[in-house]
Amino acid sequence: MHKLLTGNRAAAWGARLSGVEYIPAFPITPQTEIIETLAAWIEAGEMQGRFVQLESEHSMVTAAGAGAATGVRVFTATSSQGLLYAMEMIYSVAGWRVPFVLVNVSRGLSAPITLEPDHNDVMAARDTGFLQLHCSTCQEVLDSVIMAYRLSEDMRIRLPVIVNLDGFYLSFTREPVAVPEPEQIRRFLPEFDPGEIYFRASMPESQAVAVLGGSTYSYFRYETHLAATNGIAVYDEISREFARETGRAYHVVEEYRCADAEYLFVMLGSFATKAIEAVDRLRDAGKAAGLLRPRLFRPFPVEALRRACAGKKGLAVIDQNLSMGRGGILHTELTSVLYGEPDMPPVAASFIGGLGGRDISLEEMFEIMDVVIQAAEQGRRLEPRLLYTERELRQIKSLQAVARAERHTLGEGK
Amino acid sequence: MTRRHPELPSTHLMGTGTPMCAGCGGLEAIHEIYDILGSNTVFVNAAGCMTLLSVYPFTPFRGSWLYTAMACAPAGAQGIRDALDVLLEKERIQPDEDLQVVVLTGDGSAYGMGLSATSCAIGRNLDFIYVCYDNEGYGNTGQQYSQATPHAARTATSRGVSGFQGYKKDLFSIWAAHRPAYIATVTGADPLDLARKIKKAKGLRGPRLIIALSPCPTGWNYDPSLTVEIGRLAVKTGIWPLKEYMDGKVVHTRMPGRRPAVEEYLRLQGRFDHLFRPERNEKILAEIQAGIDAYWEEVQDRST
Repeated sequence: MHKLLTGNRAAAWGARLSGVEYIPAFPITPQTEIIETLAAWIEAGEMQGRFVQLESEHSMVTAAGAGAATGVRVFTATSSQGLLYAMEMIYSVAGWRVPFVLVNVSRGLSAPITLEPDHNDVMAARDTGFLQLHCSTCQEVLDSVIMAYRLSEDMRIRLPVIVNLDGFYLSFTREPVAVPEPEQIRRFLPEFDPGEIYFRASMPESQAVAVLGGSTYSYFRYETHLAATNGIAVYDEISREFARETGRAYHVVEEYRCADAEYLFVMLGSFATKAIEAVDRLRDAGKAAGLLRPRLFRPFPVEALRRACAGKKGLAVIDQNLSMGRGGILHTELTSVLYGEPDMPPVAASFIGGLGGRDISLEEMFEIMDVVIQAAEQGRRLEPRLLYTERELRQIKSLQAVARAERHTLGEGK
Repeated sequence: MTRRHPELPSTHLMGTGTPMCAGCGGLEAIHEIYDILGSNTVFVNAAGCMTLLSVYPFTPFRGSWLYTAMACAPAGAQGIRDALDVLLEKERIQPDEDLQVVVLTGDGSAYGMGLSATSCAIGRNLDFIYVCYDNEGYGNTGQQYSQATPHAARTATSRGVSGFQGYKKDLFSIWAAHRPAYIATVTGADPLDLARKIKKAKGLRGPRLIIALSPCPTGWNYDPSLTVEIGRLAVKTGIWPLKEYMDGKVVHTRMPGRRPAVEEYLRLQGRFDHLFRPERNEKILAEIQAGIDAYWEEVQDRST
């Protein structure tokens, strides 16, 4: 069955097909359509499950973790400030080792406050213990939510998973999406087996208790890390099974025209679909470009990235996030796993763009690739670049001038 | 051999050897509460002294436990209650596997950081019991003042000559404004009154909230042997009214007859020492006494 779905509706369909039983929720732009859709389905009796609206994302994530700790399949969603407001509990529930899926609809962080997307919100959850899947299409959103449950609930992992999609560019964009048949998904994703996760009268259990001393603390933190790293192998199994069931294959890293490429764009999320077009046009112009898009960001697909980068002449890493005083986070992560490996690209340049919904044009992508090719040919290093055009700067300056003039005029009128 | 009151449980359910301070009034109350609630409970804990009850890999509880964080224990209770209801509806568990969900929190969380989560859990008519052990300050970090600290008490962050400048917040009335199923104040020093109230709460459904005044030897600065005495004096002097709320009405369960001066209560506690030494602070002592007198006059007026 094909439907025209927004990214948000696709996420809701993913939850519905996964047979989620409990949805603690809280509204926030641009995520709200997800929880409204689920609430409406439940009210209309089209979907089983219990929906409850909490008073904050902090409480929402607590209820999600507690529900999962009691042994039901839980879904929740948020964005941006909401993810940050919940951050204490994002860390906590990962430490509880409870499986559930949280869809994050990426949106830039305050200040200045904005509604439009970039990846600083989801990057803030990078070190929490949540696994992360980054989507570039509405189809991928639906499929990833379903796959995320398998990943999360796998006995070798037992960690919550964030499925990330870009606000506006995906959340509010309608694309044709193949909605799998429920029986198909039931085969792929059976009912949640809580295993040793429960609260029952006959089986008293203490969960999330305090520890005293660094040794016990380290033991549990290391266990969580090792479980997260199991995610690579488990993901490969799951994606093969999913492909058999639906015909759609999603690898840990999407490679587009990478095999014979000399230069690669490296990007996350929906903006990478723009890079696909850029790659095609660059190829037409005789430049051997390709695209590398990590889908799995936690655990970080180290081996797949090393394999894909080996032998290339240059990388253009475009980050839609900014670690103040350092730079792009994907760039930092990628170069750290390439360092010291044989046959690695001599140039791995960092570009920051797409913050707060700012577009990255094809022209900019062509320019980025030219700069990287030149640097590689001349054996030069490249300093990180913040994408911004002269025209944008002129517009900002002109806005500021108008505001200053207005203030001056109003001041005189007093 | 000690003889037990017929209305009080004859066995104790909570284990010993917890890391609470000697003479902890909070632990005293929780012991008594747990004896009534029994082990078919899951305690959902907010950050505070009692977080150290369950330290890996031991617990003094025979039932279950989930530690959350300081602001969100009622949301944890929501998640467990909802999930248990889902499991019961789908018959994935039998009714005898169900649990009473009990939030366990200090006054730091209950009167402040956790108030939004508590208010909204009551607003959602969550079926849970909420126990606040009120030791009138952030006890676990060394007794800084909280919104539950009484006027003039010296705390680690109000060391001046007049102590804490604020007034203890009336959490009972804030809760009552939500019209929950049940509210009660208790103290471990009156186990019979406590037991009757916890039994009543156990038999109801919906939000049921308990504040237990919890004398704290380290935070209030007194000898641990005086915990029960101080608890009794809190009730006798009328500074800690024992009362309950149900069906829109507040009923006082202990009417102090001739109330001794509040000084009797205050002078046992180092945190009020500055009201007596080097010289008596008549102004503040009179102000505290006047507050208590006014409260009980209003209670009398309402009941006549």
